[in-house]
Amino acid sequence: MRRTPYFYLQLAFTLLVCSFLLVPVFMSIIAGLTENFFVGVKSGLTLRWIGVVWELYAPTIFRSMYIALATLAVTLVIGVPAAYVLAKRPGMMTRLVEEFLVLPVAIPGLAIALALIITYGGFRDFRTSWGFILVGHVLYTLPFMVRSVLAVLSSFNFQVLEESAASLGAGFWRRFFGIVLPNARSGIVAGALTVVTLSIGEFNLTWMMHTPETMTLPVGLADSYASMRLEIGSAYTLVFFVMIIPLLVALQRYGVQRTGTRKAA
Amino acid sequence: MRGRENRNLLLMVAPAIIVGAAFFLLPLARLAVVGATGKLGLAAYTAVVTNPQYFEALASTIVLSVTVTVATLVIAGITGVFLERNHFFGREALISMLTLPLAFPGVVVGFMVIMLAGRTGLIGELTTYFGAGRLVFAYSIAGLFTGYIYFSIPRVILTIMAAAEKLDPALEEAAKSLGANPWRVIVDVILPALKPALIASGAVCFATSMGAFGTAFTLATDIKVLPIVIYTEFTLLANIALAAALSMVLGVITWATLAACRVAAGSTAAAAG
Repeated sequence: MRRTPYFYLQLAFTLLVCSFLLVPVFMSIIAGLTENFFVGVKSGLTLRWIGVVWELYAPTIFRSMYIALATLAVTLVIGVPAAYVLAKRPGMMTRLVEEFLVLPVAIPGLAIALALIITYGGFRDFRTSWGFILVGHVLYTLPFMVRSVLAVLSSFNFQVLEESAASLGAGFWRRFFGIVLPNARSGIVAGALTVVTLSIGEFNLTWMMHTPETMTLPVGLADSYASMRLEIGSAYTLVFFVMIIPLLVALQRYGVQRTGTRKAA
Repeated sequence: MRGRENRNLLLMVAPAIIVGAAFFLLPLARLAVVGATGKLGLAAYTAVVTNPQYFEALASTIVLSVTVTVATLVIAGITGVFLERNHFFGREALISMLTLPLAFPGVVVGFMVIMLAGRTGLIGELTTYFGAGRLVFAYSIAGLFTGYIYFSIPRVILTIMAAAEKLDPALEEAAKSLGANPWRVIVDVILPALKPALIASGAVCFATSMGAFGTAFTLATDIKVLPIVIYTEFTLLANIALAAALSMVLGVITWATLAACRVAAGSTAAAAG
């Protein structure tokens, strides 16, 4: 295929954006593996800082993982069906419901946390459990799942597909699982990617809502940036990167596969 | 038949509504009430305009968020359409890398800005090397701008790519065969088709920037954005009522923007259909 000059111009621009995003990542990875970052790599490479992070912050790592998975499960179960209903019955009523469901995006995490603490802070067992953090994460990520699925369902006329399935005798649930979900897959995948990554990285809400027993990874990161030496903060950031990269690659591959099969079909 | 379907649909949307009502609407109502029950009473809600300190914070937060949104749409628009359109070796790797920072908390983004433009940052090293003195801007408004673009680009790129996937290449071919140059194809074919996605992702980008806290928290800049003011009032000054009132004001501003943008994006889609 012949490439135009525009192609190379855009490629150069994309590479520039890419390096803006990635150069500091590599710098912090190196800092986390260097004996003394201010002296430079010549001071020697070490895994010492990773060990320190594991000793200090290991529980935050596991906690962030299971909170993210629980958040994904909840947003899938309550978000995808909700998005379908909104796409299926566009009107005044569903418009209001949509407005309501995506409202948490408009409210800063700090404010949602503040509101939750004021309202449910009195229930001590709930307040100090990880379920309290889960509630915050679900509120924060649900709009992204609903939006993502809704955007895909609104971009083509799935009702026609449903009607032909119905005329062949497919019932409501059969149509939902057999027609709607497969066609909404790109939206569900993008939504799931967003939910998991946002949950693992959520800071604004969690910073306000956490107790020492429910500290998550990003809260620990803020703690290490403020009170530990740069190498420890960097090593902790490296642990965070190691955690999310396989997840991102897996989700990405799944998304690409879908595009491939659809184009082949 | 129809009645039964409506019942099923209600059953499907009910859980989301219940969760939203119990854990969002109710607490938010409490927040609004608490905002009016402090020392200032209802005047807490007008303090954001009448108090110069809060007003300045609001104004700089809005200017910053608008600038970040425009810059992000341009950058992510070019990159997103390019990556959706062109298939070349290393494309998947590029997409993975560009969407990687999606998972970065604001605090990490702040740390990345320090790596780039902090006191021992790369940019400072480079400008020193070239004899221009040490350029350090991580702790200024430029540092905030850099950080906000950093966390906005990956999110907007995903939306743009999803929309670009649905573009019909036949329309562009038709425009080209009718003699349109690439610029006209972008302005007359691609941009109108992407408009709903641009408006929607721009609105989300603006709202996220308005409420962003972690990046400013890590950079500890002398420019006070509104979320930092709210945090300070709540945590350090224990002024819960004022923090609640300021959060409500901030929330109303961003919600109104999102709602207006969705109406605009919706009418565009309707006009196109």
